[in-house]
Order: sequence, then C-alpha cells, then structure tokens
Amino acid sequence: MSILVVAEHDNKALNPATLKTLTAAQAMGDDIHVLVAGEGSADVAAEAAKVAGVAKVLHADNAAYGHQLAENLSALVVSIGKNYSHIVAPATTTGKNFMPRVAVLLDVAQVSDIIAVESADTFRRPIYAGNAIATVQCAEDIKVITVRATAFDAASAEGGSAEIETLDDVFASDKASFVGEQVAASERPDLSAASVVISGGRGMQNGENFVLLEKVADKLGAAIGASRAAVDAGFVPNDMQVGQTGKIVAPDLYIAVGISGAIQHLAGMKDSKIIVAINKDEEAPIFQVADYGLVADLFDALPELESAL
Amino acid sequence: MKILVAVKRVIDYNVKVRVKADQSDVDLNNVKMALNPFCEIAVEEAVRLKEKGVAEEVVVVSIGPKACQEQIRTALALGADRGIHVESEKMPDSLAVAKILNKIVSEEAPQLVILGKQSIDSDNNQTGQMLAALADMPQGTFASEVVVDGDKVQVTREVDGGLQTVELTLPAIVTTDLRLNEPRYASLPNIMKAKRKPLDVKTPEDLGVSLDSKISVLKVEAPAERSAGVKVADIAELVEKLKNEAKVL
Ligand SMILES: Cc1cc2nc3c(=O)[nH]c(=O)nc-3n(C[C@H](O)[C@H](O)[C@H](O)COP(=O)(O)OP(=O)(O)OC[C@H]3O[C@@H](n4cnc5c(N)ncnc54)[C@H](O)[C@@H]3O)c2cc1C
Ligand SMILES: Nc1ncnc2c1ncn2[C@@H]1O[C@H](COP(=O)(O)O)[C@@H](O)[C@H]1O
Repeated sequence: MSILVVAEHDNKALNPATLKTLTAAQAMGDDIHVLVAGEGSADVAAEAAKVAGVAKVLHADNAAYGHQLAENLSALVVSIGKNYSHIVAPATTTGKNFMPRVAVLLDVAQVSDIIAVESADTFRRPIYAGNAIATVQCAEDIKVITVRATAFDAASAEGGSAEIETLDDVFASDKASFVGEQVAASERPDLSAASVVISGGRGMQNGENFVLLEKVADKLGAAIGASRAAVDAGFVPNDMQVGQTGKIVAPDLYIAVGISGAIQHLAGMKDSKIIVAINKDEEAPIFQVADYGLVADLFDALPELESAL
Repeated sequence: MKILVAVKRVIDYNVKVRVKADQSDVDLNNVKMALNPFCEIAVEEAVRLKEKGVAEEVVVVSIGPKACQEQIRTALALGADRGIHVESEKMPDSLAVAKILNKIVSEEAPQLVILGKQSIDSDNNQTGQMLAALADMPQGTFASEVVVDGDKVQVTREVDGGLQTVELTLPAIVTTDLRLNEPRYASLPNIMKAKRKPLDVKTPEDLGVSLDSKISVLKVEAPAERSAGVKVADIAELVEKLKNEAKVL
C-alpha cells in the first residue's frame, strides 16, 4: 500500500520539515503520495511534484484549507486515508493539531514525534522530555505518524516528476473559523532549520538586551532562540522557545547564553552538533552538555564575541 | 456553563527519570508524582472562568490507577467542584483516554472541556485533539488566551510562526499552553475542604471502553549521553576552538 505524507507549507512554498518528513516516509515504503491542501497553493503542489521519490501529488485548493484549520484538514485527510498504510506529517504545531483527529476518526492510535524508523511498523521516539527513548511497534492497519524533522535529512527537492491530481471535495466546518494571526516577520533563518542558533535565557534580564544576541547572530547568520523563562518574562515572543514543549532544534552550533540548562530546555537542543554555553555560574547544569563552556558574565562576553567574529 | 477538565497523574517535572536495567520501561518506583503541569494550567483556567461568573461548575476527571485520586484532590483544592475517577490499573493510551473522556462528555454535557496540550511523560500531544474529533466539537489547541463570549469562544494559539486566533462555537475543546496562566497554590483550608468534595469512581467497563492498545513498547533505552566538554578561558580561546577544533565557524 501507499504512504501519504501531508505537506506543511504557507501556500507559497514547502516548509523544510516536509522534505525531512519525506525521508522518514521513504524508510517506511516506496509508493509515496503527498497531499498539498491550501488556498492559492498551486506553486506548492508544483514544488512537491519535483521532490525526488514522490509518486503522486494530491492537491486540494480551497479557502477551507487556507489556514490549515484542524477540523477541515483532518476531514480531508480522513476522506482519502483508507487508501494508505501510513499517514505521515511533520510534528510541527500544524501536524500536532490535525493528525490526532485523523487517527481517531480512522479509529487508530497515533505514534507521535518519531526520531527513527526501524521498520514499516516499528519506530523510535523520545519520552519523558528525551530522558528515555522508546522503541514502539504499531499494529494498526493504518499507521498515523508525526515526525520530528530534525532527526532526518531532507529529501532532495529536485529529481522527481510526479503527476498532480486535484481533489475537489471541500470539508468546511461551520464550528471553527480563523480570526487572525500575529506572525513574527524576521530576516533571520528559521529557528527549526538554521545551522547556527544562539539562545538567551533569564540571564539576559530583559528584551532590550537581546540586541547583544542579535549582533552576534548577524555575524554568524544565526537564528535566535530563548528559554521558557525568557519567553514567560516577556523578553521575546513564544515562537522563540526552544525545548520539550517549544521548538526542537539540532543545528551544527548552538550557543546558550544565560540559560541554566533545565531538562526541559535540553530536550529541545541536546542533539545539536556542537554546544557552547556562556554562564556566570560554573555549576550551571548546561555545562554538563556543553562541548565548550565559558564561565563569564554575558554582558562582557557577548560584545567580545561579536568583535572576535 | 459547566467546564470539564481532564487531569493526568505524571512524574513530577523536576525528577530526572532513569531507565530500568532490563529496558522494559522507566523506573517509577518511589518517584515523586504530581499533576501534569499543563493540566494544572487547565484547572486554573477553569477556576478563573468560574470566579469571573462565566462558569457555574468545574468537574475534573482523571483516568488511571487508584493513586490518581491524589491529583483529583489537588485539582479540587485548586477550586474544582467535583471529581470523577475512571479507575484502571495501567495508564491507557491516548486513544483509549479520548474514548473514555468522550463517554464522560456525553454524560456530563459540558460547554467547555479543557485539557493540557501534552503529558510530560508520554509527550504524546494527542488526547485533546482526539476527543474533539470524537465528540464532534471544534478545538483550540496550545492556548495562550481563552475568551468566552456568548455561545462562542476565541482561542489564541501558540503556533510555530507566532500566534493564531480561532473562533469556536461552544461546546468546544481547549488545550493549554504554558503562557495561558500561572496556577495558584492551594491553601491549607482549601486542601482540607477538598477532602469533602464529591469524587465519583467508575471503571472503563462501566463506560464500555476497551483499553486494549495496538501500540506496544518493545524497549525503553537511555538516550545517548553527551559528555561535558572543556571549559575555555576566554572568548579568544572559544573562537579559536570553534574554528580549528570543531570547525563550525
Ligand atoms: C511543563 C514544562 C515545560 C517546560 N518547557 C520548557 C521548554 O520548552 N523550554 C525551556 O527552556 N524551558 C521549559 N520549561 C522550564 C524549565 O524547567 C526552566 O524553568 C527554564 O528552562 C529556565 O530558563 P533559564 O535557564 O533561562 O532560567 P534560569 O534557570 O533562571 O537560569 C538563568 C541562568 O542565567 C545565568 N545568568 C544570570 N545572569 C547572568 C549573566 N549576567 N551572565 C551569564 N549568566 C547569567 C544564571 O547563572 C542561570 O544559570 C518547562 C517547564 C515545565 C514545567
Ligand atoms: N489518563 C488521563 N486521565 C485524564 N486526562 C488525561 C489522561 N491522559 C491524558 N489526559 C489529558 O490529555 C492531555 C494531553 O495528554 P497526551 O495526549 O497524553 O499528551 C493531558 O494534559 C490531560 O489533560
């Protein structure tokens, strides 16, 4: 049977997490279909058709899918879901929102946030904030799976030439509607996909001081993240939170500044290739996972780092 | 209106779990257990809606072993009115929990059901969404603000790109994110009062829900540990090491 990957996108382009999810899907089987549901999303469907290894693109374009409302998107996926052995989506806030509905409407359990595919029915996933890794076997006829994108390499964006089939059925709930959004416009690379991330914690003291991180980030082409404490204190917006319940990142270089290293924070960044910690407390637990630790006051260290780069 | 809140008993968030030597599971013997932090936020939100006069009654429900009654009592001490314990020896998977909650929803007919967005043990992030689909209610997940207005609720959601607001027709499901509120501490008099609040006990069989799961855990392992690296003396040494040793600059 075939595998359905539900693409994540913003109606203009595929989100990089989709390409990584495709790599995970390819480890489950080889007849891969991609569903692009959106509004004014023809470019995304065309982009998906070019991805290596994609056999078919299903394209549903309607105002009902413009904002990826879970009620509408899940109904659409369920309407075609019975044709597939696996339904797979990235474990982003969009995937987490609609996929459990798909699972329950097909009366199957879901496997969330997998980091490895052992076989078509066996997967590995972190539990307890990443303090344990479970290997789970799923005996459902249809396996509904969300994928931790940072654990997989991206599939090649070129090389495919899939046919695009249009889906005309419209599922539009009258109980839920989109009201508005506040999207942080940033010139910086996307936090989840950046190869360098520099994050600030409570030690930054306030939002204005994040300028010190920005100056370093400019030199490194880095994305900026934060701990929960920095977000809760209102220094920076919620979409910058890295951790168990925020974003998962795995860059080549992660620099933690004024962050103590609580397990919930480590859960979101400890798969980074190189970790640097700057903290004035030499006992801070972040040093236990850091490849390079600098015990220093961040207000001295950050300007020095900026000029040394 | 009536609000139903689902609360889960989990390991305390401060505890670092260890994997059992036989790799069958994590070791929960003599480990401190608590109300799942997201569920605490859910209870707080419901109690605040009651204090504002939006809700009349707050009912909490928990599914799992007998000891879950401790967490129900905690929720009652925080201000919930009544508890329901669905007793089962093992913790059911999210699908079974959602099915049980759906039965409770049809018995209790709440206008709003609030759940945590995620259990900090299984890290599933599934149950609220599953319940919404089963009960045919709209959902506002990962909420950082909930505003009830007549027969509608506006939910501001924490999403990857920032914040998104949706409007749902009641009855609806909300799952909580960290910034929704800061839960209060239960006062001693309220802890005493909570002991006398009603707590109903049911079984999954009473509700006609099977706990069989199609997902089996083959193995639980400790993650690859990172070892602490070196301390550098200053920024110059750090930059030198990042360039020449780690080769990431
Ligand atoms: C359910 C739940 C989910 C959670 N999810 C997340 C999550 O996803 N992500 C997350 O990050 N946290 C999460 N947390 C919170 C987590 O437990 C910690 O509270 C949080 O990570 C602490 O943030 P922090 O390190 O910035 O603050 P603190 O722990 O207060 O540490 C601040 C650090 O800054 C250092 N410092 C202060 N001043 C300076 C200076 N001038 N120079 C250098 N260093 C300085 C201090 O030495 C200290 O180590 C969660 C908690 C719960 C209960
Ligand atoms: N056994 C349970 N009893 C009551 N509520 C639960 C249970 N399991 C999950 N929930 C609810 O569902 C939320 C999300 O859990 P999960 O889908 O397991 O991450 C929790 O925060 C609870 O509100």
